Amino acid sequence: MKTESVLEKVLASGELAVTGECGPPRGALPDVVKEKAALLKGYVDAVNVTDNQTAMVRMSSFAASLFLRQMDLHPVFQMVTRDRNRLAMQSDIIGAYSHGINTMLCLSGDHPKFGDHAMAANVHDLDSLQLIQTVRGMRDEGCFQGGAEIKNPPKMFIGAAANPFADPFELRVSRLAKKVKAGVDFVQTQCIYNIDKFETWMEGVRERGLHEQVYIMAGITPMKSAGMARYMKNKVPGMDVPDELVKRMAGVPKDKQAQEGIDICVESIERLRQIEGVSGFHIMAIEWEEKVPEIVKRAGLHPRPKV
Amino acid sequence: MITAERKPLDEILESIDGCSRILLVGCNECVTVCAAGGRKEVALLASALQMASMKKGQALDVREITLERQCDPEYIEELTPHIDQVDAVVSMACGCGVQEVARRFKKTFVYPAVNTKFMGASEGPGIWAERCQGCGDCLLGLTGGICPIARCAKRLMNGPCGGSTNGKCEISDEVDCAWHLIWERMKELGIEDRYEDVISAKDWRTGRGSGPRKILRGDLQ
Repeated sequence: MKTESVLEKVLASGELAVTGECGPPRGALPDVVKEKAALLKGYVDAVNVTDNQTAMVRMSSFAASLFLRQMDLHPVFQMVTRDRNRLAMQSDIIGAYSHGINTMLCLSGDHPKFGDHAMAANVHDLDSLQLIQTVRGMRDEGCFQGGAEIKNPPKMFIGAAANPFADPFELRVSRLAKKVKAGVDFVQTQCIYNIDKFETWMEGVRERGLHEQVYIMAGITPMKSAGMARYMKNKVPGMDVPDELVKRMAGVPKDKQAQEGIDICVESIERLRQIEGVSGFHIMAIEWEEKVPEIVKRAGLHPRPKV
Repeated sequence: MITAERKPLDEILESIDGCSRILLVGCNECVTVCAAGGRKEVALLASALQMASMKKGQALDVREITLERQCDPEYIEELTPHIDQVDAVVSMACGCGVQEVARRFKKTFVYPAVNTKFMGASEGPGIWAERCQGCGDCLLGLTGGICPIARCAKRLMNGPCGGSTNGKCEISDEVDCAWHLIWERMKELGIEDRYEDVISAKDWRTGRGSGPRKILRGDLQ
């Protein structure tokens, strides 16, 4: 074991791991964080806490992660390179680790254009891959990125994102290989709707033996409506929603679409768990956390292992 | 070249409010090539300013001059005979030219008539696009001759983000994904394997990280 991370322990045990997601609120609303987190307790091994997702200001990932720790949940502390330079990011990593946060996700972040602060400076002192290198150096070499020694270095279990569906597709296995080279321990993928394409990507991943060097968690997002399916298909960059899925959602009455979305989600997990190299699931039920227990139970992923 | 775009007329008029004589100074270098502040644009702006002033019932005397290079002290001297006869200088050069005029003539107001944009190249008639951010430590040799610092919206140095779609950047269909271009070029050069060479965290001291920069060439001093 590289760390004390519960997520690492579950993944290392060979059981399929499950993570959820908690998007912090746009205000000083601790109860919102706690309510979302409480819905996930017992159904996931760890909870991603997003960092100003969609480039909108929210309660910091660090602060919200701390609430989760206080509830004895295990946050996956997300960090984007968009908003802070390497000094700020490293100080937050030490700070988070001091509070028992030992799992993180290194991301570049959505462009400010998509948020409500399009006028903000776009920092990107490091890119996501260089952040992985930095966190690994802090852990394994006990050094800051600048080279100086760290007293009691933070031992973070290091995650990153992988998008098998973005272009150029032929580069996407290499992109993962490069993150592995930089030192990533696990990846969570973009929401998977096109399972055929995901399988093709996984074939490439296995050919290079990458699935034995990094834990791959398949990303799942239940769709609430046919409208959401169409939006994801047409408006979200790097998302691949096949026409059949949109049609299937549109083919049931409006009041049944949410249930159809959950069914699709459970069926996807059934199919994805058969793929060699899939180590778990990252369930991103956006503003729909109350559905996570049902999905986890129906997918046969409950109870969660005690590690 | 350094690219620029002319400021809106109203903004320029506002900056020279109260002036009755101005010296409008163009530059024969980059801003001429990108059609923002050369001799022709000086003439057009001079007419526009005079007409706008006449409409307000004010007289504005505009002297026009276009220097060979406004970022070079040698050429700036050509302005000397005019300086005492005007209330202000309006410069159509990039920010470097405006500052050189201000440095030489300490008691004269200098106003910019263009917004300096970026270091770029022409992609066709009337189109200029950013190519370089002057980071001071060129990595084009590693990235197939396409700069991810200037041309990736997230300045990613190790590959495309998850938003790259059909060769375009997630921010706009009008913007090419730099890493898509880099990958295509690597394929053409037969160096795809180099994609996986990790480019480590950049030392920004060669760029703006170290504060305002200077080049000192002892052999030329």
